[in-house]
Amino acid sequence: MARIDLNNIRHAYLPNPASDDDYALKRVHHTFDDGGAYALLGPSGCGKTTLLNIISGLLRPTEGEILFDGQNVTDLSTEARNIAQVFQFPVVYDTMTVYQNLAFPLRNRGVAADEIERRVRETLTMIDLADRADQKAKGLTADDKQKIALGRGLVRSDVSAILFDEPLTVIDPHMKWVLRSQLKELHRRFAFTMVYVTHDQTEALTFADQVVVMNEGEIVQIGTPEELFERPNHTFVGYFIGSPGMNVLPVRIDGQGAHIGDHSIALEGQIPEMRDARMELGVRPEYVRIGEKGIPAKIVRVEDTGRRKIVHATVEGETVAAIVPEGAALPGEPHISFDPAGVNIYADSWRVDPVSARQGGAA
Amino acid sequence: MTKTWNNRAWFLVLPVLLLVAFNAIIPLMTVVNYSVQETFGNNLFFFEGTKWYEDVLTSERFHASLFRQFLFTGIILLIEVPLGVAIALTMPRSGPWVSVCLVLMALPLLIPWNVVGAMWNIMALPDIGLLGYGLNALGIPYNFTRQPISAWFTVVLMDVWHWTSLVVLLAYAGLRSIPEAYYQAAKIDGASRWSVFRYIQLPKMNRVLTIAILLRFMDSFMIYTEPFVLTGGGPGNATTFLSIDLVKAALGEFNLGIAAAMSIIYFLMTLLVSWIFYTLMTRGEDQ
Repeated sequence: MARIDLNNIRHAYLPNPASDDDYALKRVHHTFDDGGAYALLGPSGCGKTTLLNIISGLLRPTEGEILFDGQNVTDLSTEARNIAQVFQFPVVYDTMTVYQNLAFPLRNRGVAADEIERRVRETLTMIDLADRADQKAKGLTADDKQKIALGRGLVRSDVSAILFDEPLTVIDPHMKWVLRSQLKELHRRFAFTMVYVTHDQTEALTFADQVVVMNEGEIVQIGTPEELFERPNHTFVGYFIGSPGMNVLPVRIDGQGAHIGDHSIALEGQIPEMRDARMELGVRPEYVRIGEKGIPAKIVRVEDTGRRKIVHATVEGETVAAIVPEGAALPGEPHISFDPAGVNIYADSWRVDPVSARQGGAA
Repeated sequence: MTKTWNNRAWFLVLPVLLLVAFNAIIPLMTVVNYSVQETFGNNLFFFEGTKWYEDVLTSERFHASLFRQFLFTGIILLIEVPLGVAIALTMPRSGPWVSVCLVLMALPLLIPWNVVGAMWNIMALPDIGLLGYGLNALGIPYNFTRQPISAWFTVVLMDVWHWTSLVVLLAYAGLRSIPEAYYQAAKIDGASRWSVFRYIQLPKMNRVLTIAILLRFMDSFMIYTEPFVLTGGGPGNATTFLSIDLVKAALGEFNLGIAAAMSIIYFLMTLLVSWIFYTLMTRGEDQ
């Protein structure tokens, strides 16, 4: 297992990239610590698979370098990097048995027969397929195939990291849960460095210690699931994580505080006045209260999701979603207020830190 | 949902049944009719039972052309299938050259069969043809109208030229359907070029190759036009394959009974082999 440093990685699929827009990956500078579980989260086309393929060596970055444990591997081939990767569609060698599938990467590397036997048996137990070792891989279900794909990585004791490229896409919903917890369990026991690409926030938040949120070829925020939820660094993170996403409303900031229309909003800390920036207020539906006090609102629609209700309302011409407990009564003349702990202020889409009061956040 | 049975629905199948009857069943039954009767002209027929079948099955001439037929089909399958796969493997997977390659590959398939025969006839002429003159100039005695070996060489070469493309196109389609992830996974697993072929490409081409072999088997088993134009079945009977022999018996010698019995046997053989292929293919699917 290894620490992975990405030093100023940029990648363009075009031969002569001129402007920033030509880069699929604009600039990534980040370190994946040894033994960490990371998720790369973002919408389709945000560059997360590109980044993963750069780490595995299937792509060579246009600029920048990759270090494994301090050693420059930018020009090394995939084989030489000792990486394991699990793909979106389960890749198994159809004509081989489960056992032979796992033995394949070891045989290709000329490992001794008794060593292969020992390691394959060990791995089969790890991935719960010991009883099906001699079955043809072709007839297995998608989730078992995906386990074989994972096993082919685990069987090599020297892998630097295991990379996952949306590995649960073709797995049945109820098996997704099982596989994800098995993966988590394996990570806890063996502490591999794992990088997991997904566009599914639930997958990312349950799997990873650190989630790297990407958008349009850039990392917008790196943080624990809790940080991403409580303090989204960029309005995109607010939209993308959470269901429904964060409410973003235009806001006016002056010496006295924040205002929506004629109503002032309570904030934690002081926000500096910024004349040229587009100011927005972000608040998650979980922190929106509906009651008798606050800004008058009009309720448009109520969705009942079973355990809770999602209330869609309009406030000063903007739509706001709020989550209220199941069974809570909605007042006849509804007013909306925000829990100050859940309010974030954004200048040009980037979060403004109220304490240090500096512009641009951690961009 | 409950299904409603209405036997009047069968009437809807009637038009196609009539069509098939006129172009397949009635001619086939005429042949069956001929195969059990003897005629001396004037539309007079005498029932002969299985006499023609016994004659055909015990005749050395039939055995010889049947042997030639299997030899020919065997040779061209052994050449065209590996060659077609090899060419498909070297074709580019993407880029502007893909369409160039595909068009080049499709060209031989578009040429009418008798033209293929005529082309190779001219090519192979020892005095003016590029192939014939060239081989003789290299000191290799070559004359496809006199030497059986030369005739076989030319017929096989012609068929390889004409039909390998079909195998190439099918194999290429099979290769293209392999997701990129398989190659990436193989790279990560440290697989050699041969392992990639043996464990990824070949298993994924399995289905299309079965179809390619089936098509090439049926087509080559019924080959007529090209060798007829090129060698006319000669020299002697050296390239007289089943269908050429059949036409000789029917139209050359007017042995209607023999020819009809041969046709039926020929038809049953093709049917049998196709059925074996079909069974193999569908069994492969179930696994």
